[in-house]
Amino acid sequence: MNLGEELEGVLAIVEKDLRAYYFKPPNISWGILFPIVLALSFSLRSPEGLIDLAPGLIAMTALFGTTSMEAIVITFEKRVGALERLQLAPITDVSIILGKVLGGTIFGLIISLVMTMLVTMFLGAKIIDPPMFTLALLLTAVAHSALGALVAVSVKEVFEAQTLSNYFRFPMIFLCGIFLPLENMPVALRILARLLPLTYSVESLRATMIGSTGNVLLNTLILAGYSALLLALSVMLFRKNQE
Amino acid sequence: MTAIQVEGLTKRWGQTLAVDDISFQVKEGEVFGFLGPNGAGQTSTIKTLVGLTRPTGGSARVAGYDVVKEPTMVKRRIGVVPEASNLYDELTVYDNLRFVSRLYHVPPHVRDDRINGLLGTFDLDDYSDRPFGKLSKGLKRRAVLSAALVHEPEIVFLDEPTSGLDVMSARNLRQVISGLSERGVTIFLTTHYIEEAGQLCDRIALIVKGRIIEVDSPESLRGRVQDVPLLTIRIEPVNRLTPEDLEGIPAEKITLSPDGVSMLTRGVHRTLAAFTALADEKGVTIQEVQTVKPGLEDAFVQLTGLTPDAMRGEKEGKS
Repeated sequence: MNLGEELEGVLAIVEKDLRAYYFKPPNISWGILFPIVLALSFSLRSPEGLIDLAPGLIAMTALFGTTSMEAIVITFEKRVGALERLQLAPITDVSIILGKVLGGTIFGLIISLVMTMLVTMFLGAKIIDPPMFTLALLLTAVAHSALGALVAVSVKEVFEAQTLSNYFRFPMIFLCGIFLPLENMPVALRILARLLPLTYSVESLRATMIGSTGNVLLNTLILAGYSALLLALSVMLFRKNQE
Repeated sequence: MTAIQVEGLTKRWGQTLAVDDISFQVKEGEVFGFLGPNGAGQTSTIKTLVGLTRPTGGSARVAGYDVVKEPTMVKRRIGVVPEASNLYDELTVYDNLRFVSRLYHVPPHVRDDRINGLLGTFDLDDYSDRPFGKLSKGLKRRAVLSAALVHEPEIVFLDEPTSGLDVMSARNLRQVISGLSERGVTIFLTTHYIEEAGQLCDRIALIVKGRIIEVDSPESLRGRVQDVPLLTIRIEPVNRLTPEDLEGIPAEKITLSPDGVSMLTRGVHRTLAAFTALADEKGVTIQEVQTVKPGLEDAFVQLTGLTPDAMRGEKEGKS
C-alpha cells in the first residue's frame, strides 16, 4: 500500500463528493433548518433558556447534516453503480470509506459553523475556549459522519438509511443533554445517554462555550474513540458486503 | 503470455451457485467473448476477476496477479466498462476523467495530456465541459470507455458495451473496441449480442448455468453446425402448433418461435415433407420456406440448447 496514492484517492473522493452532492442549497438548508425549528419550538415554551441550547443546537446541526448526507450519498452511489467505480479503483476500502466520511465531515463542519455564527449573533452565545471548541466540533462531525456511513453501508436504499438513522437520531436529541440535563434523568436513561456519542459532543461544546464543569479533554478523547470505532465498523461492513 | 488465467473458479451467492468450477485462459492482446443468457454467471465471473467480490473456490490471475491476494495490483492494470454508465452526472466529462485519473494514480504532469488525448480519440472534445448527465446514451458510453482507459490498462473488461445504443453508436463503439485490440489491449467482452461477439472476438466462451460449455473461435463454433442446413418456415397461425406436435419431425434441433419454426436438418426434403403433413393436419398455412447456412447464433442454439429468442428477450428486457 502506497500511502501517498491512498491519500490522493481519499482527497479525490472528498473533492468529488463535495462538488457533486454536498454544496447544493437544499442540502445546506436542511442541515440548519431542522435544528432551528426544533429550538424555536422549545424556546416558545421556555424563552429564557435559549442560550443554554446553543451548544446542543450546534451538535444537532452536525448530527443531522452529516448523517443525512452520508445516508444519501452512499446509498445513492450504491444504487447507480457509482460506488462500484470506487471499489474498482486501486485504493483500499479504508480509503473509500475515509473519503466518504471526510466529505461528510467537511459538510458537517461548515453547516455547524454557520449555526455557530447564528447562535453567537442572535443568542449572544460566546466561545470561551476556541481551540478546544474547534477540536470538539471537528470530532463531533467526524464521529457522526462515520455513524452515517455505517448506517448507509448496511442498507440498500436511501429511505432505508434515513429510517434507520432516525432510530438513532431522535432518541439522541432527547437523551444526550440538549434539552434536558443528564442529571435530571433517571439512572437507566443516564447510562443509555453515556453510550451515545452526541452526549460527549454536547458536553464538550457546552464546556467550551458556557464553561460547564465537563471534562473537555476526556469528552473529546471519547469522541475520537467513537470516530475510530464507527469508521472501523463501516469498513468491516463494507468489506463483508462484497463477499 | 497469458492475460487472464482462471482455474476451477466457483462463486456462490448464499445458496445460489452462480459460477460452477470454470477454467479458461485469455491470451495477451486477445478479444475474448463471454457469451450467455442472463443469470448464466457472466456478471459473477467478471465481478470476481476485477476484484469486486471474492471467489468461493478456485483461483484467478489477471495480468499475472492473484485476484484475491493482490487485488490492488490487478486493479491498477485493468479498466472496466460496466453495463450501467456510472460516471457522475453532476460533473463535466472532463472533471469525471480527471477524478478517475486521480483515483488511478495517473501522474499529475501527464493527466491533462492523457485526458485530452482520450477526448480526441472518442470525439468528445466538444462535450468536455458538458455535465455527464446531459449526454446522450452513445456519448455516455464513449465517456465511460474513456474513463476506463485513462490509466492505460493492459486489460479492459467490457460488460454489454453496446447495450441500449442506436445502430450508429453501437457501430462506432465496435470500431473503437477493434482499435483497442489492434493496439495490443486485451479485451474481455460480455454481450448478449451473438453476432457482435462473432464480429469482435478472437475466441468465445459459452457459459450456461454457471458452467462453460465451449471455448473456441467464432469460425470454429460456426463450423460445428456448418454442414447442417437450417430450415426456417414461416407459418400462420403459429399458436396452433406446440413443441409436442413437433416431436415427430425428423430434425436434429427444432425451435418454435413467434414467427414460425426453425429446424436444423441434414435431410431438408424429408423434414419439409413431414412438416407439411403436420401443417395440413393442424390447419396451419405455410407462408414462406427458407434454407439458410447456419451462423454463430445457430451454433449457440445447438451447443447450449437455448433458443436465440431467450437471448433476444433478455437483451430487449435489459435495454
